[in-house]
Formats: sequence, C-alpha cells, structure tokens
Amino acid sequence: MSSEKVHELVIVGSGPAGYTAAIYAARAELAPVQYEGSVTAGGALMNTTEVENFPGFPTGIMGPELMESLRKQAERFGTQLITDDIVSMKLDGDIKELEDGSGNKLKAKAVILATGSAYKEIGLENEKRLSGRGVSWCATCDGFFFREKVLAVVGGGDSAMEEANFLTRFATKVYVIHRRDSLRASKIMVDRAKANPKIEFIWNTEVIDVLGADKVEALKLRNTVTNEESEKAFDGLFVAIGHLPRSELLVGQIDLDGEGYVKVEGRSTRTNLKGVFACGDLVDHTYRQAITAAGSGCQAALDAERFLAGH
Amino acid sequence: MSAAQPVTTATFDEVVLKSSTPVLVDFWAEWCGPCRAVGPILDQIADEYAGKIKVVKLNTDEESAIAMKYGITSIPTLNVYVNGEVVKTVIGAKPKPALLKELSDYL
Repeated sequence: MSSEKVHELVIVGSGPAGYTAAIYAARAELAPVQYEGSVTAGGALMNTTEVENFPGFPTGIMGPELMESLRKQAERFGTQLITDDIVSMKLDGDIKELEDGSGNKLKAKAVILATGSAYKEIGLENEKRLSGRGVSWCATCDGFFFREKVLAVVGGGDSAMEEANFLTRFATKVYVIHRRDSLRASKIMVDRAKANPKIEFIWNTEVIDVLGADKVEALKLRNTVTNEESEKAFDGLFVAIGHLPRSELLVGQIDLDGEGYVKVEGRSTRTNLKGVFACGDLVDHTYRQAITAAGSGCQAALDAERFLAGH
Repeated sequence: MSAAQPVTTATFDEVVLKSSTPVLVDFWAEWCGPCRAVGPILDQIADEYAGKIKVVKLNTDEESAIAMKYGITSIPTLNVYVNGEVVKTVIGAKPKPALLKELSDYL
C-alpha cells in the first residue's frame, strides 16, 4: 500500500460496528479501508454460538455466520478489507497517520474507531499461570475439553449465563459463582440457566485464588457477606465478568473516560478530535449488543460522510 | 508455499518427537474461531521459517489422545517441541509480530 495516498476513510475494527460502518461508508463511495484485525476479525461474536436477538433472524443465527454476512455486505460495496492490526495511530491534525502490523503506513482524512472490547480477567496471579490449563475465557473454544468435568463460571451477566448453559453440553455440573445475590443477566437467560438441572448457583461469593500445580484443581472462594473463606474442587474455571474497551492505542491522544471508553459528543460518534469517530463497544458502557453496535457503526459512517463532505 | 501440515497420533512420534529441528504443533479444531484466525499466520510462519522450524497442526477432535496427553484444555494451544520435549507453550490466537516474538528462540 502506497504511503503517499491519502484515503478518505480508514475503519479500525470489524465487529458489528466496524462492518456496518463499512457498509454505509462504501455505499457512500468513500472507498473505506478496513483493518479487521489479524486474529480478532469479526470481533466478539466470533466466539459465541447462537445469536437469538439480532432482528431479521427469527430462528436465530450463529455468531460467526452473522459476521461473515456483514463482512460480505461490506465487501460487496467496495470496502477494502485487510486482515491485519493497526499498531499505531496519530490522529490529531487533518491527515491521520496509521501503521499496521506488517509495517505499512497509511494516511486518511477520517478514521472510525471500532476496536470493541476484550475480556476482563479477575486479576489473580494463578489465573494467569493456569490460563490454558483449566482457566478459560471462551466456552465455545474450550468447553469440549471438559467432558464429564465439574466447572465454575464466574460472572452474573448474559455472557456468564450463555457460557454456563453451553458448558452443560460437556460438563457433569456447572456452578455459576457470583459476588452478589442477584444477576444482571436478562430474564430469559437467567430463567434458562435456572431451569438447567446441571447448573447450580453459588451466591455472594468471589474467587480469590485458583489452586493447582499444573492444572486447575480447586478454587479458593470468599463469601462477600460473611467473609468466610472456603475451598471447592473444580476441573475448570470459565471467566465471564465483563469486558474492557480496547483503547490502549488511544491513551494520551483522545479523550477517554475513567474506564477507558472513548468519549463521544452527545448522541453522535464524534470524538474530541476532528475527523475521528468512535462506535460499538469501544464507546458503550450500557447496551453492548450486536444491534446497538451495528446502529452506532451506521451513525459513525454518516458522521464521517458529513465531515468529509464539509471538507 | 509450504503450509502447516497435519499431524496425527500415528505420525506424532516420527514427525514431532523425533524431529531434528524444533517443531511447532498447533492444537486446533474446526469449530474454534480463534484457531481459524491464527491458521493462516501459522501457514506463513511455516513458509517463511522453513528449515528452521517445522509447523504442524493437530486436530484435537480427531486426535484427542495426543491432546489429552499434553493436557490441552484451551485452543489454539501452540507447543514447541525440541528433542521430544515441550519447551514453549503459547495459548490463544496472537497477531504475527507477537507470535514471532514468543517463538524467537526457535526461529
């Protein structure tokens, strides 16, 4: 890719937000260049199974299949898709400068940031040490290795419920460990988990250590009400305690909030830098759904289009 | 272009454990999204570092005995074998520059 050419628009990221931004921008003939991510292309939905709540799919659709469709739609209108990462960005000034993981440099008049979020770790030393040795963040990837095992899922949101339900295909028993006595997951997901005979809840409890020499053997737990500590044997630990915005490349050059989410102006996708727009999980604390991400990707493309037209 | 070749339980001993060069084994499965994402990167490494490191892939669905033997509970897992011993383990799909850095001792 020539480093002299100045592109109209570069889109960084490729979940529902990034691909929707690309569909709109490509149809507006902005010839967007989209960096999908070398190993994260398609985003968080690539690691889910069935998506039941994306409008237009009355019988549900598999996450990866939905993302493949969005990708094709972006490509159909002329998006240049690149399966690589952006590793550095300089976003102030009229011409934005970006560099990818292969060392290519490129310039653009406008940039849409849609890098989404990454899973959160509990933050225990032994969690890291036993990662891939019984500690996992991806039930659809790793559940298969826990046939006839007893598992713990930590978390109280929709993704924790989904992981727990999925894991009962393999495990004999799945305990959902949650630090409160109620869940923030949606009612349908909670009802499904509660109706599943293989799932049991351990309330008001947090994981304070992961025990095992070279694989997970037990968890050290603490009751958040009584502070009482205990140990319980488990073969695996699936962590589903939420996500963190992937804004590490933006620190120091764009306004972020206290948790690292990109700040946008009002209901728009405009960041504090001219010509830089942000959408999807990167800006959204609240909703974090495929459809809201897609909606904000559309907004970002329209905001970028207006910005470029006025330039 | 020499892409990563499949290895099976039957060939594991010969191809991996008795190899005179380091061998990178990619434990993967068809249904694993991150495995599919990292696959093409491993093919590139197989090609670019041919002669220095051998890159093979083991389907954990079909060859579960080997996967169990090496305690695989998360895929993709990348194990480097030197003289029949695991000397390095990388868990999860990582971008190429990060992978090359992890593997730098064997390239």
